[in-house]
Amino acid sequence: MSRAESAAVITGVGRSRVGRRLGADPWVLTAEAALAAIADAGLSPDDVDGVSTYPGAFWSTPGITGAGVDDVRALLGLRTRWHCGGGELAGQLGAMVNAVLAVAGGLATHVLCFRTVWESTAQQAYGGRAATLLDGGGSGGRPVRFGRELAQWTTPFGIGYPCHAALDMRRRMELAGATREQFAQVALVARRYAAANDAAVYREPLTMEQYLDARLISDPVCVYDCDVPVDGSVAFVVSRAGHAPDPARAVTFEAIGSASGFDEAAAMMWDRTDLKPADVDVAQLYDGFTVYALRWLEALGFCGAHEATDFVDGGTRIGPDGELPMNTGGGQLSGGRLHGFGGLLEACLQLRGEAGAHQLPDVPRVAVVTSGAEAFTSALLLSR
Amino acid sequence: MTDPRTLVVEPFERVAPPLTERTQAFWTSGADGRLRIARCQRCRRYLHPPRPVCPACRGGAVAFEPVSGRGTVWSWTVNRYGWVPSMPPPYVVAQVELAEQPGLLLFTNVIDCPPQRLRVGLPVEVCFARAGEAYIPLFRPVPDDGEAAAADGEAGDVQG
Repeated sequence: MSRAESAAVITGVGRSRVGRRLGADPWVLTAEAALAAIADAGLSPDDVDGVSTYPGAFWSTPGITGAGVDDVRALLGLRTRWHCGGGELAGQLGAMVNAVLAVAGGLATHVLCFRTVWESTAQQAYGGRAATLLDGGGSGGRPVRFGRELAQWTTPFGIGYPCHAALDMRRRMELAGATREQFAQVALVARRYAAANDAAVYREPLTMEQYLDARLISDPVCVYDCDVPVDGSVAFVVSRAGHAPDPARAVTFEAIGSASGFDEAAAMMWDRTDLKPADVDVAQLYDGFTVYALRWLEALGFCGAHEATDFVDGGTRIGPDGELPMNTGGGQLSGGRLHGFGGLLEACLQLRGEAGAHQLPDVPRVAVVTSGAEAFTSALLLSR
Repeated sequence: MTDPRTLVVEPFERVAPPLTERTQAFWTSGADGRLRIARCQRCRRYLHPPRPVCPACRGGAVAFEPVSGRGTVWSWTVNRYGWVPSMPPPYVVAQVELAEQPGLLLFTNVIDCPPQRLRVGLPVEVCFARAGEAYIPLFRPVPDDGEAAAADGEAGDVQG
């Protein structure tokens, strides 16, 4: 069986300005990231013959998507042989999975893969997170969340995304003895990493006391359990193996897990490689909420079910000198909600030894990156 | 006919779900005070949310059948953020596992229960609140639960 993973490499990475309330045109942010990634790959925009993105220009509340395939093709004058943008992917990084398949299948040679958000500016303009979910721009509008069939099972009960994380956390607290202090470690360790990363959004110290005293969103979820809406764009170039201008800098795909579900995506990824959890040097795990990173630790086999709160207890294991440095750029909790693309960027920089002030002292050779949660998931095992 | 014992009148307005061919029987079930859940007529599994095909046996005969309305709290949270303009927080969001089948979970609100009494495994029973043409299934502690008498005097700061 030929493996798609062996036929593709990441040749370029790029990032726009990332921040709170930038007020920038999301197309400009997209161009910044895309052109940076193409240049980093040693290519010209004329070499790019594929575009892949999540979620594209169509499915959207304000700020969730900043540009679609057509927007970028017109913006950068790209001539593509293959493209794909959409919402029903294998997690946000399903856009990377699609790009790998496109180059492995010979439909394209260099695929620009990007994700652009402008949630922070949108929330400021509309008047908060809830308002971006309303009809008519939030001015006394009604929820429009029945656009998806599933929304009717939550909106009549006033259920927001953090409630789902809270239900998971509460059950762990009552059945497995998890504590808020343990959940806090995901956020506190991320903030310590962010302090050394000048691209992170929140870099000032965060203490346990601040976490425990923080405003509750949906008990026990507090503001520090939630990732930070930002404006920004991240882009990659996925190239067909053998076509990398500088093969020595290329990041290699060891295995892809595109199955639906934390456990299923992780199991599929491990099934496609001889590497084991003990071989992983650094983990960038999706942390839209702190508990999601814990779910990924368990699914990937770094610990058993309902053991992740013990695994992160005290913060040592996931810290820079620990057995599994995790979310080393600050994650989405301190680095900003770049929807999995930020974690993948951080993994590539660490593997290339180009993370700067927050580079791990031993340059990692194997990284795992996950995106999404629940039924919307993917896991990537990368090496260099 | 509406059963006054199971109909709850609330001081706020819930967002009414759309009544479609797939869901109307669920959302209007509470009109007679009973909860009905979609059930495969071939393998007898309950399905929620309701779907016209059974994902276990792929049978296409799915009908709504009354259930006991009893269950236990699978997990719970006191939500403090205003997700819906007409629904002021705080209120209790929960998943309830219905007695009829392990893993048969419903998203809901638990009402008439001070937060101190809430726990995973708390026995609850269904009641309903109107939203448009729909009857929204909510849950409250079973009155004869052992803790009920002790908690009756406690003031709850949670509406719902």
